[in-house]
Amino acid sequence: MTGEVAVLGAGMHPWGKWGRSFVEYGATAARAALADAGLEWREVGSIVGADTVRGGYPGYVAGATFAKALGWQGTRVTSVYAACASGAQAVNTARAQILSGLADVVLVVGADAAPKGFFRPAGGDRPDDPDWLRFRVLGATNPTYFGLYARRRIAVHGDTLEDFAQVKVKNSAMGALNPYARYRKRVTGEEVAASAVVADPLRLLDICATSDGGAALVLSSMEFARRHGVAEPVRIRAVSTVTPRYPNTVLDLPDIATDSAVAVEPAARTFRESIAGAAYEEAGIGPEDLSLAEVYDLSTALELQWYEDLGLCGAGEGAKLLREGATSLDGRIPVNPSGGLASFGEAVPAQAIAQVCELTWQLRGAAGDRQVAGARVGITANQGLFGHGSAVIAVR
Amino acid sequence: MVEGWFGGEGDAFRLLGTRCSACAAVFFPREDVHCRNPRCAGGELVEVPLSRRGRVWSYTDGRYRPPSPYVTDPELPWEPYALIAVELAAERLVVLGQGVPGLGVADLAVGMEVEVVPGVLHEDAETVWTTWQWRPTTGVRS
Repeated sequence: MTGEVAVLGAGMHPWGKWGRSFVEYGATAARAALADAGLEWREVGSIVGADTVRGGYPGYVAGATFAKALGWQGTRVTSVYAACASGAQAVNTARAQILSGLADVVLVVGADAAPKGFFRPAGGDRPDDPDWLRFRVLGATNPTYFGLYARRRIAVHGDTLEDFAQVKVKNSAMGALNPYARYRKRVTGEEVAASAVVADPLRLLDICATSDGGAALVLSSMEFARRHGVAEPVRIRAVSTVTPRYPNTVLDLPDIATDSAVAVEPAARTFRESIAGAAYEEAGIGPEDLSLAEVYDLSTALELQWYEDLGLCGAGEGAKLLREGATSLDGRIPVNPSGGLASFGEAVPAQAIAQVCELTWQLRGAAGDRQVAGARVGITANQGLFGHGSAVIAVR
Repeated sequence: MVEGWFGGEGDAFRLLGTRCSACAAVFFPREDVHCRNPRCAGGELVEVPLSRRGRVWSYTDGRYRPPSPYVTDPELPWEPYALIAVELAAERLVVLGQGVPGLGVADLAVGMEVEVVPGVLHEDAETVWTTWQWRPTTGVRS
């Protein structure tokens, strides 16, 4: 176990296609988080930016870009990139600085302005890049992989298209209650079924959109929080940033093939299971302790997979857990009370931070109409391209 | 573009990977620099043909035209093709590939046997880009 850090502030820019710069989204979220913490930017000893590879050159130096937008003040600065797990690695970097005594208060910011349509690799002929290769050689978009997982679940576990659609129904109902969500309309199973097929068997409303958005957190040492007059802050108890273990035997973005299991038997846990497992071990808790979970629902079918990978139910029982209503807002273990990516869309460097913002508001009892009653422990789960695992556990 | 990933004519067409001479780990796409088994001190990596036949692990298609760098003719209507992830038993790995032309998701099932065949990814006036494709071994279901 490691020490805990306090979450003093959380803030977001509303998500959507706003047509503005990622700098504006990030700075707006940062100012909201600072106001929430009751701190001036000048009191912050370190800023950590989660990078985007879109938005051009400034996106690679997000920490300094946000620091300039907020006003240069000579703070310690860091930028991190881990694809969709960038936000979690930014949180982890901030935590490490606090626990090591390098900083008392750290501002964590992630923001993006996403292009329309499919995500695609950067330009040029780059056959040494697996992400470029899967597009060039196979035309395999991100929904290709979501479709493969969905079809596999149907074949192995007997999941149905209606099960998948009900994930969207659930998440859209909760997203309708979230003022930061891009989509705030409840969706019916009939509407999912009537939407166009993107990657068989998944339809448009099974797959998350791309989006603009920003999210920020103010983290501090427990001692600083007490001095600041916050006796019982929401605390981050674990941050998982693991890689897969060889051989990684589940075909995943952006790979064309899995590792071979000829030379080494696969680990008992799959990569996605190990992401949550590492966080549970670090926090000293288990899935039975959770009040809620924010998971990375790139597709409806993938959310069901996360139920199993987080240990909320046994293998193959994800759809059953959903059908029982356990993951709805008034269920035993609500999943994605924020509305999830189904309601937000992907703003890559911001989304893992946004998940922790939602945990913070839920654990404070400040989530309004989407409040999970009596929330005490929450987990986030996320996964970044090229083998970045990410999960955060927060407690109250 | 993907030099050395496949080779051979007709029935001899195979995907080509590499095998570590120290630990026997197999790599596809081929790994030619260092063995990636973390328990292996590293051996010579030798080219090996992969099994010709495997079983469908899962499959999907793309109903919308993929973005570049996939090459398509924007003048022509988009024709979806199947994408099939195939489990090779001997190598204990799963390889993704396009289905042969005309093969749709309705023709496929998880567990079905398929075999690797040469195919054309794209061609222009100067060049034909060849690739590997998966084809069911027992004909298609009606």
